[in-house]
Amino acid sequence: MTWRSGSYTGWGRALVADGPMARPERLSALHKVAGQAPAIGNRRSYADACLNDDGSVIDMTRLDRIIDFDPNAGTVTVEAGVTLGDLTTLLAPRGWMPAVLPGTGHATVGGAIAMDVHGKNHVSVGSFGQQVRSLTVLRNGQSEVETAGSDEFRASVGGLGQTGIITQATLSLAPCPGTGVRVRERRMDSFDEHIAQLEASTSPFVVGWIDATATGDATGRGIMEEAELVDRTPPPDKKAKSVPFDAPHAALSGPVVRAFNAAYLRRVPAMGRTRIRSIDDFFFPLDRIANWNRLYGKRGFHQFQCVVPTAEADALKDMLEFIGTSGLASPLVVLKKLGEGRGGMMSFPMEGYTLAVDFPARAKAADVIKRLNQMTADVGGRVYLAKDAFLEPDQVASMYPDHAAWAKIAAKSDPEGALMTALVRRLKLREVA
Amino acid sequence: MQQTWLILGATSSMARAFIRKLAHQGDGIILAGRDTDDMAATARDARVRGARLAEVMRFDARDADTFAPLIDRMAREEGTLNAAVFVGSMPPQSDLDAAPDGIDGVIRDSFTGPSHVLHLLAAELEQRGSGTIVGVGSVAGDRGRVGNYVYGAAKAGFHTYLSGLRNRLTRAGGHVVTVKPGFVDTAMTWDVEGMFLVAPPEKVADDILRAVEKRKNIIYTPGFWRLIMTIIRLVPEPIFKKLSI
Ligand SMILES: Cc1cc2nc3c(=O)[nH]c(=O)nc-3n(C[C@H](O)[C@H](O)[C@H](O)COP(=O)(O)OP(=O)(O)OC[C@H]3O[C@@H](n4cnc5c(N)ncnc54)[C@H](O)[C@@H]3O)c2cc1C
Repeated sequence: MTWRSGSYTGWGRALVADGPMARPERLSALHKVAGQAPAIGNRRSYADACLNDDGSVIDMTRLDRIIDFDPNAGTVTVEAGVTLGDLTTLLAPRGWMPAVLPGTGHATVGGAIAMDVHGKNHVSVGSFGQQVRSLTVLRNGQSEVETAGSDEFRASVGGLGQTGIITQATLSLAPCPGTGVRVRERRMDSFDEHIAQLEASTSPFVVGWIDATATGDATGRGIMEEAELVDRTPPPDKKAKSVPFDAPHAALSGPVVRAFNAAYLRRVPAMGRTRIRSIDDFFFPLDRIANWNRLYGKRGFHQFQCVVPTAEADALKDMLEFIGTSGLASPLVVLKKLGEGRGGMMSFPMEGYTLAVDFPARAKAADVIKRLNQMTADVGGRVYLAKDAFLEPDQVASMYPDHAAWAKIAAKSDPEGALMTALVRRLKLREVA
Repeated sequence: MQQTWLILGATSSMARAFIRKLAHQGDGIILAGRDTDDMAATARDARVRGARLAEVMRFDARDADTFAPLIDRMAREEGTLNAAVFVGSMPPQSDLDAAPDGIDGVIRDSFTGPSHVLHLLAAELEQRGSGTIVGVGSVAGDRGRVGNYVYGAAKAGFHTYLSGLRNRLTRAGGHVVTVKPGFVDTAMTWDVEGMFLVAPPEKVADDILRAVEKRKNIIYTPGFWRLIMTIIRLVPEPIFKKLSI
């Protein structure tokens, strides 16, 4: 009853793994398989971070209980498989919410810690791992508690599952005045305006959407959203939809994307607009359409996400020019400002600007993304391992300066290398240079 | 009126999904099963989600000594008492073919053990003149099939027991819901090949709660299983005996 064989993928569906998967429903069942395979969450990483082609994986999503909630202190202790969406739905009406939310509510707490995810408020509150007070990590048959600040803790946060299986975490929450979000949307006509406005904004939550089909003077145009939590009742969420089957390849071809993007831009009047939206609608806009990854067809898609230092913002403009002429861009392109906050040695965030772009997995995509990876490396930036499928091992060391220190701790935690994932093998992350 | 539920087999994922719904309503919950550590986590989850009460008690369908304390504990609560039975065991039929001794255990876990507890509780419900019992059976109990007919037979027995209990409690103002799930995405079906139309436990829990509210007698969950099982039951035995479905 323990292992199911078959193939599975990350969210992008372009990379496929074949192998046994366990999904323990109780801690005792987890203990029986622990040490044999890495833990995975809801497979919302795009590529191979949550795959293990040469071995097996342990799906943590059924260990999803809330162990304790302290409404006075604003802390919650949960099992690692609980999703951030579930937690938000439960806590928001009681005045609290996770302080950091990625763009999908389906990410689990374990996955959010192991990738040290960031949200639209990274500048003001830092990364997810920085909200974690302590972790319970299962390794070598032993449950160990790691507290914020220790080296072990900083190896587990953003640790790609390599230090053990995170079973529990205690999080500091953020106050949440109600279930509404006041969102101001404004059109940005150019990359420079986009960057200038991101820089000038004082809102707690800020995110830019970019029309990546635009080239020339229009490169980087899009919509900037600035938001704050408010004690207002949002209009009811529209009924969730679902994409029932793989779309044909033409669904996201160049002309379709251009037309979609143009319409999307025009939704927002030239003067801008302000609306009250629900927490789910603002933080997890894509979750309303279940299985939207099927829109990219059977072959799936890739996401490229990098961060470049503030002074190198123009590198993103060059990237956007390059993407605009590639004819491959999809409607999902996001620009955010990041602060310096990071919770772990292998965390992605650094002070600067982050750009995320989806690409349908056509033959050309690999070359385009490899080129973008190189452009990122050239300016001292970093590629996000939750999304990456194309980095080379030697690019990692310069992007992740604490890599060697991290690899040593991972080696101590998992001497046999039983926790390695496909990503870790591909990038030789467990080898100390 | 204050509601308290006794959940037999509280570690099953269907039970856990149902417990969350009860907690959300603010009901009291006594979680009963063998893995008390695991149930402790579920009980804490239930309290955070709003349960008026969430307590763990040991229950083993094969250990009759664990039965009476459950009833005593329930009886201390005021208001309406309810119970939901999620216990059962389904070893691979091939294990039972190799060691037929295992048959008794399956019957005990899936039928006679929980029925014994319900029998003890029934008197209390009659006295109070209210209360609902949910018995989770299985579509496997609707017709014996080569793949799992011992489990199916135990569930068929349980279905019949529930129908009799419904007959009895109705007179006293109580109610019994028989739930027949199809394939549900749980540890039990995790590695079984050829599963189709697999429902998440949350869907089953939703259906059960609705059935309780509407005082349904027998439900299939998801609902389309009623049609599937009607067809399967209609296949004449001379043909059915040659099928492997
Ligand atoms: C629509 C969408 C929007 C997104 N937006 C953002 C965003 O705004 N910001 C951002 O930072 N990310 C974002 N992401 C990425 C996503 O948040 C991360 O990939 C996250 O790690 C996914 O969590 P998961 O539970 O699905 O983990 P998985 O993808 O299953 O696993 C991710 C990693 O965590 C490890 N892991 C998982 N659980 C455990 C555990 N219990 N113990 C130890 N290791 C574990 C795995 O080994 C793996 O290395 C987005 C993804 C999608 C699909």
